[in-house]
Amino acid sequence: MSQPRTIIEKLWDSHVVAEQPGAPTLIYIDLHLVHEVTSPQAFAGLRERGLKVRRPDLTFATVDHSIPTTPRSLPIVDQIAATQVAQLEANCKEFGIPCFGFHSEHQGIVHVIGPEQGLTQPGMTVVCGDSHTATHGAFGALAFGIGTSEVEMVLATQCLPQRKSKTYQVLVEGSLHPGVTAKDIILNLISRIGIGGGTGCVFEYCGSAIRALSMEERMTVCNMSIEAGARAGLVAPDDTTYQYLAGRPYAPKGADWDAALARWRQLPTDDGAQYDKTIRIDASSLEPMITFGTNPGMGIPISSRIPDPSAVSDPLERESLVKALRYMDLKAGDPLLGHPVNVVFIGSCTNSRMSDLRAAAGVLKGRKVNPSVRVMVVPGSQEIKRQAQAEGLDTIFKEAGADWREAGCSMCIAMNGDQLAPGEYSVSTSNRNFEGRQGKGGRTFLASPLTAAASAITGRVTDVRTLEISR
Amino acid sequence: MKKFTTLESRVVPLAVDNVDTDQIIPARFLKTISKEGLDRNLFFDWRYDAQGNPNPDFILNQPRAKGAEVLITGDNFGCGSSREHAPWALTQFGFRAIISTSFADIFRQNALKNSLLPVVVSRDIHSKLFDAVTNNPDYKVKIDLVSQTLTLADGTAVEFAVDAFAKHCLLEGVDEIGFVLQQQDAIKAYEAKRTGSINTLAAAP
Repeated sequence: MSQPRTIIEKLWDSHVVAEQPGAPTLIYIDLHLVHEVTSPQAFAGLRERGLKVRRPDLTFATVDHSIPTTPRSLPIVDQIAATQVAQLEANCKEFGIPCFGFHSEHQGIVHVIGPEQGLTQPGMTVVCGDSHTATHGAFGALAFGIGTSEVEMVLATQCLPQRKSKTYQVLVEGSLHPGVTAKDIILNLISRIGIGGGTGCVFEYCGSAIRALSMEERMTVCNMSIEAGARAGLVAPDDTTYQYLAGRPYAPKGADWDAALARWRQLPTDDGAQYDKTIRIDASSLEPMITFGTNPGMGIPISSRIPDPSAVSDPLERESLVKALRYMDLKAGDPLLGHPVNVVFIGSCTNSRMSDLRAAAGVLKGRKVNPSVRVMVVPGSQEIKRQAQAEGLDTIFKEAGADWREAGCSMCIAMNGDQLAPGEYSVSTSNRNFEGRQGKGGRTFLASPLTAAASAITGRVTDVRTLEISR
Repeated sequence: MKKFTTLESRVVPLAVDNVDTDQIIPARFLKTISKEGLDRNLFFDWRYDAQGNPNPDFILNQPRAKGAEVLITGDNFGCGSSREHAPWALTQFGFRAIISTSFADIFRQNALKNSLLPVVVSRDIHSKLFDAVTNNPDYKVKIDLVSQTLTLADGTAVEFAVDAFAKHCLLEGVDEIGFVLQQQDAIKAYEAKRTGSINTLAAAP
């Protein structure tokens, strides 16, 4: 009888290409996703070394970070961005890599289209030059972000030298209350263990609350694993996973599907397998979460007050909190509820999928956005945009006074002109509230699509649960 | 990759925990297709005011930063995005080593691939060194990769950990890619037994 293993160890073991004394393990990469921002220097490196892409058939590209979210009939006005986009399309052509380019009807955020197209599958290793690659872990894949040197390595060899990470079980049991979402689970985890709490680890999210989540919700949870410092985060595949995948363009078909299903069913963690660390979260104890500071670990339940730095014992930690409150222009002990908001952003690889848009539309339907607030709704992909329009969600957003845009990363990373002005506050469904992340001097409150939509209506940080009652 | 063996340098103190890569180089400067000129945008939003003038309070704008090759900073340096532009910008500015109590995983990997040495020390050593450096702009440390030691001005030698393979690459000045390209046989053997692969070139929707 072999030693019981976690899914993380199974994924590792099945991808070992070579092990040599003194060197990291060489692991094989099943899917390499590429985007315009972190790849140009990697392609240039291939050219300098005279190398080809080893497996273009395991590689897929799209544009998302630097593209505008204005109508696609318009050109990319920013010439630096236009050059970067053109460079990706040219690189893909030269090296034979399929690419959903700027004008593709399937273009979208790289972490949205991988799952959408059925490219992301259980049991895979998935990499991308982007730290939110952990999103794909929702399928029971080992998926992690890499730098540009590693992008070049994978393009050239389809392999990566890696050291094994520690295993970290995140056990979420119980049921979420209405108004509390997958986003609140992950924001709660990060607020508990801090943004370095998962460094050196891969999370496995388990427990009844995780099992009850849809694939889109699991993607939201896995997406932000990096915000706790974890290299990756994943959920073992189950019937929810298989139902989502069946029939997608790149998913296996017929006998291949049956064979894949038999393999995938072997992936979940064995009974009795040991993790290096475990944390337990009671889902029924959670409230909607919101961040108040300048990293994703600075989060609180929405009805609680802003923490007091004088209660923090570690001096550098205390100084960080003081610095964060100064940047955010917030006072310790104040509530965040009721704080004025200038912008609401609904989008990003964290929360731009159909269920996110439906949730936001459910709150906005028949209501008006507060005139003091600019609201941007940015679907994660062109497919999602079409589906949302087919369901009439675009009409709900527009009638409420929100801006309905084209697919891309948009104001999550503010590379494309979608950004906050200095001093402005946003409630954002994205993943990072670092200083200047959404525009120099901009201030970000991270929250769920429900909280974002509720705050759009009142123009203030709002608990969606109170909004529902007043309706 | 440039070789890294030893280093003796003054040290720049940056008293911030959790410095994220959006601070090291803001995303709006990532639209470039080259690696050049990124040092101009290093710590841009801390380094320059709204009018683009240097902020005199920021440590990199002070005379002590000129020519210094070592940065000492707070816990969890380099968290956030995977952008390798962060170590590119830091090395172009002139840094060759960063001392902290911990580094984010992706940043550490990216740094090692660009001859930028992450040096992890204990909290005690960190706070002792940080205070000494803050009080003395001319304070110098020595870093010896062969013996994996950081030597403080008072002669205290502190050992630090480095992945053995990364150390080898740094000492020789070689990229990992050459090492992996030599393993074609193992890669082919692995590919021959893989099952259930996708094919991104076929089945296009």
